Amino acid sequence: MTDVPNNPDEPKVPAPPDSGDRPQVGVDEWVASVEGRRADRSLALRAYGRVPAPAQLIVVVAAVCALPFLLNSGDLFVYGLFTLLYALLGLGLNVVVGFAGLLDLGYVAFYGIGAYGYALLASPKYDLHWQAELAIPVVMVGTALIGLILGFTSRRLLGDYLAIVTLFFGQAFVVFVNNANPHNITGGANGIAPTDPLSIFGYKLTTTRQYYYFLVIAVLVVMAGLWSLLRSRTGRAWQALREDPLAAEMMGTPVNRLKIVAFAFGAGIAGLAGAIFAAVSTGIAPGAFDTSVLITIYAIVILGGTGSLVGVVLGAVVINVTYEALSPSTPSTGRWIFYLALVIAILARIRPWPKLAVVVGGTAAFGFAVHAIAGAVSSSATAGPVTEGGSLTGFIKHWVIIPEHPGSAAKYAYVGLVVAVVALTRLSGWSRAIALIPVLYLTAFVWENLMIEQPAVARLIIFGALLIAIMQVRPQGLLGTSRVEIV
Amino acid sequence: MRENQRVPESVRRALPGGLATSAALALLGFEIADKGWAFFFQITLNGVTLGAVYALIALGYTMIYGILKLLNFAHGDVYMVGAFIGYGVLSSLGGPLNPSVPVWLLIVLMFGAGMLGSGLLGVAIERFAYRPLRAAPRIAPLISALGVSFFLQNSALLLFGASYRSYDPFSLLGFGGAHFGSSVFISWIRIGVVIGAIALMLALIFLVGRTQIGKAMRAVSFDREAAAMMGIDVDRVIAATFFIGSALAGAAGVMFGLVFSQIFHFMGFLAGLKGFTAAVVGGIGSIPGAMLGGLIVGLVEQYAQGYLNGNWSDLFVFAILIVFMLVRPNGLLGTRAINKV
Repeated sequence: MTDVPNNPDEPKVPAPPDSGDRPQVGVDEWVASVEGRRADRSLALRAYGRVPAPAQLIVVVAAVCALPFLLNSGDLFVYGLFTLLYALLGLGLNVVVGFAGLLDLGYVAFYGIGAYGYALLASPKYDLHWQAELAIPVVMVGTALIGLILGFTSRRLLGDYLAIVTLFFGQAFVVFVNNANPHNITGGANGIAPTDPLSIFGYKLTTTRQYYYFLVIAVLVVMAGLWSLLRSRTGRAWQALREDPLAAEMMGTPVNRLKIVAFAFGAGIAGLAGAIFAAVSTGIAPGAFDTSVLITIYAIVILGGTGSLVGVVLGAVVINVTYEALSPSTPSTGRWIFYLALVIAILARIRPWPKLAVVVGGTAAFGFAVHAIAGAVSSSATAGPVTEGGSLTGFIKHWVIIPEHPGSAAKYAYVGLVVAVVALTRLSGWSRAIALIPVLYLTAFVWENLMIEQPAVARLIIFGALLIAIMQVRPQGLLGTSRVEIV
Repeated sequence: MRENQRVPESVRRALPGGLATSAALALLGFEIADKGWAFFFQITLNGVTLGAVYALIALGYTMIYGILKLLNFAHGDVYMVGAFIGYGVLSSLGGPLNPSVPVWLLIVLMFGAGMLGSGLLGVAIERFAYRPLRAAPRIAPLISALGVSFFLQNSALLLFGASYRSYDPFSLLGFGGAHFGSSVFISWIRIGVVIGAIALMLALIFLVGRTQIGKAMRAVSFDREAAAMMGIDVDRVIAATFFIGSALAGAAGVMFGLVFSQIFHFMGFLAGLKGFTAAVVGGIGSIPGAMLGGLIVGLVEQYAQGYLNGNWSDLFVFAILIVFMLVRPNGLLGTRAINKV
């Protein structure tokens, strides 16, 4: 801003009363000070920030490498291996969604194409047994090419239309692999089994631990590649594209070409993950590439923060551990995760501590009161058995109403819960805090009577709700940087 | 270039589509000769019925896209919820075998509850999942829509289980129908459903074209800010659009149950994709286009099922979508260019 010399003849215009609060055009101190505001975070984060970056990396990698010695083989498979696999998938999707800002809902199809590609090249089906160092690059390039073709076909409709074309593409892929059986290309609904284990220059990977380390290396390599790609010409162009496509196009960025390249790039990484999945799981079937995998990968990328590499890996850890903990075989762990998440959400969202105390104390008291009343009214209302309690059994038995025959009451309660949550968003302040108490109790009731019996469905419901909630509460995810609006 | 200009622009543009259509028709001709006319009529009839259902779904897609420029992925699942509400009414009033109210009243109640429930669900989705994100980057409401879609699908799975539920229309309405010649038979249910769908579409055309709320909708979809400045309550108009679009999807769900009998939690996913295809084929934003598109998609799906391989019919619909997006992204009856985002 240049100083305008004061003209004494000019009539003085009084400044509007809120001029102090208004963002002033040309004064971008607020924008410039964003780093300072970002740095003003919690103590733990600040302390972590003091540690030099290489040391952070070494600590994290050492912890990751130590994991196989802490878990047994089965746990390492579901918690370790699949977390890394999902991290790989999330990193690939992050290129498409986070860097280039394209909504690719057919991403799972590329994962599936990679898996089928590897299974065809390295299995007894056609008696081809390619080595991994040859098969994986071929699969990756092939998947990327298919991504290129799909991206090229929909080049006119980048934007909303791309989302639905790719969603349809994902469905078309499942239909195709299910029905290509008459010509016996894909093995139909049974898939292809067995597949060869990965064999790199003659060294065969057989144990879970070997695969785990292989995946650690793969994730690190992909992350390093993406990290440098982000700082390259193409990466910077992608970010410009995501922030403002119109401005980027005006600057002479080849928008369409960049988008298609990003699309193909993400597809290639999905192909890599698919190939590894096919080798790890020793067989593949169309069911592994349906929409529930899509929602899981999206939950990872959105939770971690679109555009953030570390965020995606963190998202993969959180989502996959939740996913596996909510498996039908371990209801007790699932229950712990559920209540823990609920408590953390309450602690994080309800701010002035008196309100928090009222909500927590009120919910506990409300539960015991309702339980006592229901028990006095009808003895069968609280006589139901607690499913696979674990250490929480005693508390739940005296707190949550578990009828002997929940029947359709639990289902009506579920519908009521959804309605109540929607209604809750219309309230604010203390009335919301008070209304939250019965809603929380209703949540516990629905969980204990309905969801705990079907954790496989419950986890997908939770992921779906998570996507809606994150978009409203914290669209940048856990580690993504919030955008600074330039006024 | 000069050579090209001898051929009129319109002919050149229509050439690929025309060639593809005539090739498809020629192929169909051979197949008709092979399997006989009766079969052809039966298949066409199935296609028209299915097309009416898709057209109703496509209308909702088109209306919501027109007003918010948002692809409502959850629309197919709203349709599924409508089908389940209809089923709920049917089974709570005694089931198809011995209904406790007269059959005509039962049908009216099923449609009424299905449309009302779906409409309210649509309004709630808009209020809860889309309205807070109206100023957000465009990808945010799309992801939210994806979340809503999965939430509804899996909620239905939780509440109703993975098994198919049957409307059992034959016990409810009998096997009656009209015979044409010796081998063509049309059941009354189908005739009723097609007539009902046409009536709903006419009502919609009247509503959008002749009433005050319709005028407000057109104004908002044309220019939201200008409409707000003219004193139109934009939020209310958008909520009304969601209600109407979702109610149409709910009606489509009940109709699907009455004709094709079987409903399940995942039915909305593919139906939504096909409804979207219908909207694109007809030209997104165009109400007559959505009807035409629904008819085309329904017919193609049924012809593919009847004459080619039933398992591949979804892929044919997908191919139509791709072809239209490449050759004629504005659809058959649409005029507006697609907004690049």
